[in-house]
Parts: sequence; structure tokens; C-alpha cells
Amino acid sequence: MKIPSSILTLLVGIVLTLVSLWYGQNHGLLPIAASEEATLIDRLFNAMMTISTGLFLLVQGIIIIAAIRFRQRPGDDTDGPPVHGNVPLEILWTAIPAVIVLGISIYSFEVYGEIGGLNPMDHSVAHAPSHQQVAKMPGAALAKRAGTAFAATLTEAESATDTENRNQQLQEKVLEDPATAKFRKELPQLRDSSDVGVTSGRIGPTPDKQGQDPEFFVNVTGLQFAWLFSYPGTDVTAGELHLPLGREVKLNISANDVIHAFWVPEFRLKQDAVPGRQTELRFTPNRIGEYPLICAELCGAYHGVMKTTVIVQTPEDFQNWLAEQQEVASSEALDRAVAVNPAERSDAEFLAPYASEMGIDAETLHSLHHH
Amino acid sequence: MTQVELQEKANLPAHGEQPKVTHWREYFSFSTDHKVIGIQYLVTTFIFYLIGGVLATAVRTELATPESDFVAPDVYNSLFTVHATVMIFLWIVPAGTGGFGNYLVPLLIGARDMAFPRLNAIAFWIIPPAGLLLLSSFLVGAPGAGWTSYPPLSVVSGKPGEAIWILSVLILGTSSILAAINFLVTIWKMRTPGMGWNQMPLFCWAMLATSALALIATPVLAGALILLSFDLLVGTSFFNPTGGGDPIVYQHLFWFYSHPAVYIMILPFFGMISEILPVHARKPIFGYKAIAYSSLAISFLGLIVWAHHMFTSGTPAWLRMFFMITTMVIAVPTGIKVFSWLATIWGGKLRLNSAMLFAMGFISMFVIGGISGVMVAAVPFDIHVHDTYFVVAHLHYVLFGGSVFGIYAGFYHWFPKMTGRMLNETWGKVHFVLMLVGFNMAFLPMHKLGLEGMNRRIASYDPKFTTLNVICTVGAYILAVSTIPFIVNACWSWIAGPKAPDNPWQGLTLEWMTTSPPPPENFEKDPVLATGPYDYGMGDRRTQVEVPLDEPRNPVLAAGPDSVLRADPDPAVAAHPDDRQGESHNR
Ligand code: HEM
Ligand SMILES: [Cu+2]
Ligand SMILES: [Cu+2]
Repeated sequence: MKIPSSILTLLVGIVLTLVSLWYGQNHGLLPIAASEEATLIDRLFNAMMTISTGLFLLVQGIIIIAAIRFRQRPGDDTDGPPVHGNVPLEILWTAIPAVIVLGISIYSFEVYGEIGGLNPMDHSVAHAPSHQQVAKMPGAALAKRAGTAFAATLTEAESATDTENRNQQLQEKVLEDPATAKFRKELPQLRDSSDVGVTSGRIGPTPDKQGQDPEFFVNVTGLQFAWLFSYPGTDVTAGELHLPLGREVKLNISANDVIHAFWVPEFRLKQDAVPGRQTELRFTPNRIGEYPLICAELCGAYHGVMKTTVIVQTPEDFQNWLAEQQEVASSEALDRAVAVNPAERSDAEFLAPYASEMGIDAETLHSLHHH
Repeated sequence: MTQVELQEKANLPAHGEQPKVTHWREYFSFSTDHKVIGIQYLVTTFIFYLIGGVLATAVRTELATPESDFVAPDVYNSLFTVHATVMIFLWIVPAGTGGFGNYLVPLLIGARDMAFPRLNAIAFWIIPPAGLLLLSSFLVGAPGAGWTSYPPLSVVSGKPGEAIWILSVLILGTSSILAAINFLVTIWKMRTPGMGWNQMPLFCWAMLATSALALIATPVLAGALILLSFDLLVGTSFFNPTGGGDPIVYQHLFWFYSHPAVYIMILPFFGMISEILPVHARKPIFGYKAIAYSSLAISFLGLIVWAHHMFTSGTPAWLRMFFMITTMVIAVPTGIKVFSWLATIWGGKLRLNSAMLFAMGFISMFVIGGISGVMVAAVPFDIHVHDTYFVVAHLHYVLFGGSVFGIYAGFYHWFPKMTGRMLNETWGKVHFVLMLVGFNMAFLPMHKLGLEGMNRRIASYDPKFTTLNVICTVGAYILAVSTIPFIVNACWSWIAGPKAPDNPWQGLTLEWMTTSPPPPENFEKDPVLATGPYDYGMGDRRTQVEVPLDEPRNPVLAAGPDSVLRADPDPAVAAHPDDRQGESHNR
């Protein structure tokens, strides 16, 4: 029995589509999704995986079938048919990728909008800054400027300013951490760290929360080789990021020395921390658990150990944690914050064997500076 | 000035009386013969490839275990930084353009040499010192800020290697600009009479697009690097926020070159694949014009997509959308090429020799890299995978699965022409299989690693990623071993392989119309187009090929009545070179 080739093609097409559809949904390549944004991004990825699987199978199939079916048989040294081109066919396969990428673009655009990427830069530009907005600005320059303008009337602005200063003090303190301080002190830009300037690069509020302030915010500072989190309005500064479940949070991200990148794979969100700039991420964690928080931008020798944990907990647990942190005397809290940050882990497990290495580094740097 | 005069003028000062065969010492001299220079490029860059490969193997050895235990962490950073720099600036770019471009372009267009032979030699001879300079940085503290060398890290890391890195990349960029000018003039001005744009082999179209790109983009990199060196050495702060500079500006300048650079790395191989497939599939290339013009489209679009490397850095929303769309659009001309190649092999009589296997491997691997490329162009998804192993996988599928497979396809295809000797096919196939297996084992699992949360450029990783990393490392070792059959085969065959006929593959492009290896000025007489470059299956192939070069032939007949690529009979170009009107052919 001979099956007509058009039916065969149809069957192959159907199988290909089914396999692609199935694999696109069941690839199991992503870690669990722990934020509302992650779910949307996963859906986009699954759609792209479906199309990709189809294309992949199609192309590899054609190559393998051609290699088998059209291989030159022994003794046959005739040529193939002199086909130079086929205009309708060429138009068709210009159209196919065009339609596919158009579809993916539109879908990506939509997802990007839904996760809050497309919101106007900053509504604080349009409105007079509220105390909330003053408080959310990390970095001494902005805070100080805001501070002089509003401190007299707004207590919260003052506390924000305090927080900023404390954040800076804390950074100074971290610099004294024996594990890394010797090395870092030598970095020229740390001696007169410039302050946060332009705000750029952000995932803003999702469309339904547009125009509202985030439920709360955290200042995130990246520095070689640790993350610091301070909770404005409180005295709390920590080396781990605690977030309450289901509440929209806004991170104000800055860097103290070189570029770092804030990445939580389970949130599917990443944002560079750029010295001299302020970047923002706004999202809602929706799954209790502990997730790795990773620095994704090469930031120096110990880039690989610049990681910590995000702890998403129930709002009650979060409040308890916050209260606990508040209770501890602030200097102790600072020590703790330093202690739990990865620099400590680096110290024990990682840096120790290379201590001598570091010494050399510091010396090299030192000599460079004095010449 | 006519083309012939131009060609003669270009060649005059460089060439005196030359012997018929190239002496081996010639390869170690300041030769101005494009074929010698091409082979100099190929051998030199291959040596750098081996060095880059050793560095890659060291990187993978470190990553065999989750701890950072093989080398110190800052040494690790130097390893992948120099690995990437060597692979890009000393292997893929110079091998594709300098090596194959130099060797093939004049032969394919029937010219006697490049337009500026001495410039050509200079462009080559500044490469070895620049490469050695880069490697010498290991003696004083090799660069460790990645091949992107982003400030402030590169500026504050305090390593003398960063300055060395800047200098050597500047020198290599200069070489690439010089070469680009030479290619543009050569292709524009020195085609053999009768070869219009649309009779030109596709590799020349690809080199045209590549050279234009190199000429436009490379100076921007030079600018960025010079400013960076001021920041580093003089203490200015163009990119250092401490003094009011902006590190993002560097990224814009850097990627304005370095994204086009990936097309500089891949376009020549697109061209080579378009040459190799029709010969071994015994079919005309499908959609000649579509392939030719899509090279130009890629070249143009390649200039306006750079910020897709910066989706997570400091890029405003609307800009991200603009660059997402331009990036996606590049998939269209690229798709046209892939489909045309597939249509070329479909229904042919495929001779599955080493050259063809590597060419088909090229398509297959490049498509995987291309698909993941469209994925990372989607901003929301790129936010997740940027700077992870997903990107490392993507770039190796494009650059290794694409460019390196392309280089090998070219080696196997043109080796008989270059050396006059045939390569051993069995060892070629062993090479191919080992490389295909090793390559996929090394890089396929990296997709999953990246998606699951392994960031790139790290010496120590979460132990949960160990299994996949071990697979990658074993794959990398297989990959390293796969080079051995090739090296042995190439060295042995070059010295003692069976003699190659002038046209072992029955190709129709002009390089097969001269001896293997070609004499110093390539052709006895200006070659005449007897056929389009891809007119296979027209029924008179054997006759054309065996017509001695100085015998008359009829372009119209030989090209076959149906050939769209047929050279229109040009009154100035009679069938027999000696009958041409108004042109003297005495040399
Ligand atoms: C022997 C085969 C190769 C192996 C095993 C290999 C391995 C690697 C690995 C593991 C990395 C990641 C380093 C990191 O991010 O920590 C890397 C980076 C890279 N490789 Fe390769 N590679 C190979 C060949 C090539 C080739 C042929 C090219 C061609 C251009 C290339 C270009 C690059 C580039 C551009 C990077 C990025 C480096 C960076 O992140 O700065 N590699 N390679
Ligand atoms: Cu970092
Ligand atoms: Cu880092």
C-alpha cells in the first residue's frame, strides 16, 4: 500500500505540532515560580518553547532525512535537478519567520507591560514628591536634597535620610570587615563614593497598581561582594532579604563600587545595580520559601560567592522578624547584618585559603596607588 | 580606469617575476600573495584557537566541581576573559575574514590578487604580535573583567593586564579595519570582466557585508577603548561614576561594535556554506538573490540591535522595546538563508564527505543557536536568563556550532586547492563525529543550567548543578580530543597526502578553474565566466570543467539556457579572452 505523500506530510505535521505543544508545556526546565511576574514570564517562555520545538524538529528532520534519502548512491554521479529558486516558496518562508517573530514580539510586549515594564518612568516626576517618595530614594545625594527641602515638615523624610546615612555608615562598616576590607579599601571610588543619580532601568508597578505607591520598599545595595538590604522607616539592615508573602514590594537598587546584578531565579527578575544610577524592581512574591539571590554581573574575583537568600514569609512572620531586628541594639544589628552576609561565608569557606592571595592583591593595588 | 588596468596597477609594485610554486619559506615571509597571506592567517589563528581551547579546558576543569579548587578565583576570571578574547579576536574574526576571505575572494572573482597587497600583508603581520601581547599578560596579571571589560570593574581591578588587553584589542581592530577596506575595494573593482554583481559567488556577497560592517563598527570600539584606557591609566572618568562618568555609556559604545562583531564572525561562514552546499549536493544554490541580499540586510540590521545586550542594565523601557523588535527582525533574513540551504540539499545527490558533513552540521547547530537567540531577544525572558549559562550555551551554538563548524567545512573543502593534496576522508569523519558529540555534550546542558539559576563567569557554583556541569566538562574534553585527528590529518596530508586534481569536487566557481595550488598570480589568463557559479545539473558540467582555460567556450551555452545566473553575453567580453575588444592581455 502506498500512502500519498500529501497525507504523509499532513500526518507528520500533526505529530510535530502535538509533540511541540506537549513539550512546550512539560519541558520542566525552569525552577518553581515564586512571584506573580514569574508566572507571566513562564507562559511566554512556554509559548516560545512550543514554537522552538516545532522549528527544531522541522529543521533537524529535514537535514537528517535529506542525508539519508538524497545521499549519493555508489556509481551514480549524475547531478540533482537544476532548481534555482521558486519565488512563491521564497515568499512563504520569508513570511513564516516574519509572522513568528511578530507574534513573539507582540506577546513579549504584552507580558512586559503586564509585569510593569512599560509604565511611565516615574510618576514622582509628574507629581510633587510625597514623603513616600522621598523615603524611597536611597543614596545620600537625593536624600539629602530631599532632606533639606522637606525635613522640616516631614518626619518620615528625616527618617529616610537617617536610613540613607545609616546605610552608608553600614557600608563603611562592611569595609572594615577583615575578610574583605583590606582589599576593598584600596578601590579608589570607595573613598569618595559618588551618590545615586539618575533613576533608570526598572520594572515598575503592574498595570492594576499603577499610580499607587508600592506596599513597601527596600533599599538594596550591592558592593563587592555582598548585598545589603535596609528597610526604610525602621532601623533594620540585613544581609538577607525578607519579604512578606503577597505584598507588592519595590526595591531601590544601587551599587557602591562596580556593577552588580540582582537576580532571583525563582522570581525571574534581574536588574543591574549600577554605580551612579538607581534602578528599580517592583514585584509581588507569592510563594513562601527561601530562594537564592545571586549577583549576575561579573564584579571581581569573588563574584561567584556574592549570593544570599530571599526569605518569603507570611506577613506575621515577617512582622515578627522585623520587630526582632528592631529590638536588637542598632550596633549589634549592624554586626549581625555583616555577619550573615556572604562575606562571612566567604571568609570561612572561601576566602581563607586565598588570604595570602588577597594580601598580594592589596599590595599590588597599594603600590599602584602610590606611584 | 578599467578593471584590468586597476588590477594590473594594483599588482605591479607588489609582484615581480615569481616562481610557479610557492616555496615553504614564503609562508614565513612578508609575502604579498593573497594566498600565502590567507594560509598564514589560517595557520596562525588555528594556533590561537588551540591556545583558546586550552584555556577553555582549564575553565571547564575548574567547573567540574562546585568548589573553586583548581585555580584561584581571580585566575579563573583571567582564564575565561582571555579564552573569549582569543576565540573572538584571534580566531573566528581573523580566520573567517583574513584567512578564508583572503584566500578565496580574489580566486572567486578571477582577480590576480587583492587590491592592496602590501596593506594586506601588514594587516596580517600585526596580528601575531598583538596575540602574543595579549597572552603575555599572564606574566603580569592577566585581564579578568571579561572580554566585555565593563568599567568600573576593568578600571578598578588594578590589573596591568587590563591595559594590555585594551592595547591588543586596539591593534587587532586596526588589522580588521585594514582588511575590510581591502575587501571592499577588491570586490568592488577587481571582478573579472563579465562578472556582474549577480554572477558573483555568494561568499563575496558575504564578505562585502562583513567588510562594510567591520568598517563602520570597529572605529566605535576603538573610541570606547581609548576612552577606557584614559580612565584606566590617566585617571579620567569618562565611565567612572566617581568623577561623574557613566558606565552605561561604555556599554553602548562597546556593543555598538560587539554586536555587529558577531555578524562579522558568522557572515563569512554563511557565505562559505553557500559555496560548499551546492557543490556537494550537486544542485544549484536555491534562491541566489535571497541569500545574497539577506547578507546585506543582516549587515544593516546588525547595526541597530546592540542594546539587546543591555536589557537589564540601565535601559529605559521604550528603548528595550525598540531593540527587541530590531533584534527579532534579524531572524527573517537569517531564516531565509537557512530555508534556502535546506532547499538546496533537498532533492540533491548529496556526497556526504567531511566538508559536506561539517556544512550540514553547521546548519543544524546554528539553527539551535538562532532559536535561542530569538528567545533571548524577548525582553521579559531575557531578564531572567541574561548573564546566565543559557547565554553561554546560546553564544557557543552560534559561534562554535556555527563559525567553527563553518571553518572546518571550509578547511575540508578547500584544502586540496590550498595545498594540492587531498585530506584523508576517514579521519575527517572521525573528527566530525567526535566534535558533534563533544560539542553537544558540552553545551546543550548549559541551557538548562542557565534556566535553573546558574549565573555565568563564576568559579564556584551551587552543588545542585554538579551533574550537568560534569557532563559539560566531559563533553569539553571530548571536544578537545576531537582536534587531534584533524591536526594529524592536516599535517600528514599536507606533506604526503595523495595529489589533488585541479577540481576534485567538480566545482563551478573560478578557483577550481586553475591549478591546485594556484600559481602566484592565480590564473594564466583572465578567467572568463563560462557558467554561473552554481549551475549544477545543467547537463554539460563535465565538458565545461575539462575545457582548458585558454580554449574558447560559449558563456551562453555553458551556463545552460535556464540559468538565472548566466552571464549575459557582453560584447566587451568575447568567449575567448584573446578576442576581447579594446583590451590588451599581454603581461
Ligand atoms: C573547546 C571548546 C570550548 C569550550 C569548552 C568553551 C567553554 C567556555 C565556558 C565554560 C565559558 C564560560 C565562562 C564563564 O562564563 O564562566 C566560555 C565563555 C565564552 N566562550 Fe567558550 N568555549 C569553547 C570554545 C569557544 C569558541 C570556539 C568560541 C568562539 C568564539 C568561544 C567563545 C566564548 C565567549 C565569547 C565566551 C564568553 C566569555 C565571557 O563570559 O566573558 N568559546 N567558554
Ligand atoms: Cu556582585
Ligand atoms: Cu557579581
